[in-house]
Parts: sequence; structure tokens; C-alpha cells
Amino acid sequence: MTKSPERSVAKEFLKEVLKGIVASNPVFVLVLGLCPALAVTISIDNALGMGAGVLFVLLGSNIIISLIRKITPGLVRIPVFVVVIATFVTILSLVFEAYVPLLYKSLGIYLPLIVVNCIILGRAEAFASKSTILMSTADAIGIGIGFTVAMLLVSIFREVLGTGKLVVFGNTVFSIPVLSESPLAFFIMPPGAFLVLGLLLGLFRCLGVLKSE
Amino acid sequence: MSSSANLVTIFVGMVIINNMVLTKFLGLCPFFGVSKKLSNAISMGAAVTFVMLMAATVTSVIYNYILVPYQVEFMNIIIYILVIAALVQIVEITIRRTNILLYNALGIYLPLITTNCVVLGITLINASNNYSIVQSMVSAVGGGLGFTLVLIIMSGIRERLELGETPKSLRGLPIAFVIAALLALAFMGFSGLL
Repeated sequence: MTKSPERSVAKEFLKEVLKGIVASNPVFVLVLGLCPALAVTISIDNALGMGAGVLFVLLGSNIIISLIRKITPGLVRIPVFVVVIATFVTILSLVFEAYVPLLYKSLGIYLPLIVVNCIILGRAEAFASKSTILMSTADAIGIGIGFTVAMLLVSIFREVLGTGKLVVFGNTVFSIPVLSESPLAFFIMPPGAFLVLGLLLGLFRCLGVLKSE
Repeated sequence: MSSSANLVTIFVGMVIINNMVLTKFLGLCPFFGVSKKLSNAISMGAAVTFVMLMAATVTSVIYNYILVPYQVEFMNIIIYILVIAALVQIVEITIRRTNILLYNALGIYLPLITTNCVVLGITLINASNNYSIVQSMVSAVGGGLGFTLVLIIMSGIRERLELGETPKSLRGLPIAFVIAALLALAFMGFSGLL
């Protein structure tokens, strides 16, 4: 019986994480953060790098904003949030530039654009500014993983159809014989991104409709 | 002569070839959110173009005369976002004092422009291309007009689409994405223009 309060906290923590991944998935349910979800999903490596970046910034900004939520005046809270987020994005881009220069180059301007990603400011305003540090951390982990999973889904379709093979960190996982010789380059190009995300949204909505009936 | 040809290249490139929405995926939230009615699309496009021009001018002055000489380019993200937030606030106050009709027309869209990736995007694109101040201004106006153009086309299509029959699970956003895919495909036809 002595362990029950801890266990309930752990349970709530886990519930918050799971909520971010499935029930309020940032891309497929909330339809936020579309710019990176479409722009960098050319390859799985890019999607993973971007997902890790967003997770880091979200975690940092959610924790700091939750810490300072009682001393931030309501009138200037948005500028304060934006500066906190911009600081973490600057740290992230310096780290990427130093340790993974190839990824840094291929993400290009979409790395600094994490600052204006609606997911991060949205979570700061809707969740972290009203919740405890522990719950804000859970929320950041859930939403960050949910975002990464969504980008991975889009990028798997685009990479397999657009190049005919699946390459993760330089290792070829599999390649489809005919498709890799004459790939459907349409899916690597910008229109393919819109089409894949649109059809995936439709598919999930269709599955949701089936479940409710 | 060569510099004015260069400006034309930048302008045309930003309007149709490297369109902010369809090839760079910037400003998608207003693109899908505001493009339901033609009149809203025009107001939003005008407001964004204006803020883009102001932001590009101010940030390129800061970049060329402060950040580069003192070698603190890594600070550009924080400085740019503060400049944009301040500019949007100033524009909002100025319009409210001088032209109340325009203020009412733009009203709700103005504060949202701060977090619009088109504005931060254009300042970062200008910085990464090392554009001069005049080149930055031209590319900002081109990017803004390109954004407005696509917003207007999209709202025209979506006004018609309201009347058509769409499969239940594709209604709303999914079909808008599919239309955007077809539009992007059409715009790729311009890629050999320059």
C-alpha cells in the first residue's frame, strides 16, 4: 500500500505519454507542424533526425516553461515562450552542426524553423504553462515521439516508392527489384509529399470511422 | 544591367519556381486554414507580403552590418524571431491608428503572422544566400506574392469543391492535400523557365 501514490503517478505519466503518440498525434490528429512533416520526409534518416531535434526542443522548452510558469506575467508570456524555444533551437543547431554535419546540411533551413513550429508553441501555451514539471515532461515525450512516428510513416512511403529501396543510416534494408531501377521519382518531389500525407490522413479518418460504427 | 537581370531572376524564382508554399512547404497553416474563402485569402496574402518585406529589410540590415562584422551569425534565430514579433506588433498598432477599416479586415490574422513560417523562412533563405539588402527586399516581395497567388488559386478551387461530392473520409483536409499535390505538380512545370 505504501507504493500506491508513486504507482499512480507513474501510471498518469505513462497515460500522458501514450496520449501524445496516439489519441492526440500532432500530425494526424491535431494537424500541426506540417512544414517539417512534408519538407524533410524525403528519407528516413532525415525524418529521424528531425524527430529527435523536435523531441529535444519540446522537452527543454516544456520543462523550462513549466518551471517559470508562476513568475511569468500573463501579458508577455508569448514573447517569453518564444525566446525560451529559440534558445533551445540555437543549442540544437550548434550541436547538429558540430556532430552530424551531413544531417545539418540536408535539414537546411527547416532546422532553425523549429522555432515557429506550431506544435512547440502550442504545447507551451496549452499544456506546459498550466501543468507540473513531471506532467509537462510526459507531454513533451509523448508529443515528440508521436511527431517522429508520423514523420517516419510519411518518409517510409516516400522513400520506398521514390527510390525503390529502404536505406537506414547507410545500410540498405531491402530493395524492390523493378522499382529501384526505375523509381517513381514523383514521391521524392514536393507534390508526392502532399499526396502521401493527404491519403494517409484520409486512411486514418476512414479507419476511425470504421471503429466508431 | 547584370544586377537588374539578377533581381528579375530572384523575383520570378521566388514567385513561381521556388514557390514558398508548394515547393518549400512554408506557411501551410494559413494555406489550409484561411483558403476557404477568396476575400480572406487576399487580405491574408497582402498582410503577409507586407510583413515579409519589412522583416526582410530589417533583418538583412542587421545581418549585413551587425551579425557578420562581429561574427555572431549563430545568434540569428533568436534575433530574427524577436525582430519579427516586434515588427508585427508595430504594424498592428500603426494600422489601428491610421486605417481602422483595414485593421478590421486584417484584425485576427495580424498576430498570427508572428508564428507564420513564411516570414522567418524568407529571412533565413536571404541570409543563407548572402543576399544584399536590395536583393533581400526583392526576394521578400516575390515570396509574398507567390504565397498570395497560391492562396487565391486554392481558395477558388475550394469554393467550388464545397458543391462537389467528396468521399466521406477524404472530406475537408485530406482532399485539400490532394489538391495541393496536383497544384504543386502543375507548378513544377515552371522549373525549366530560368
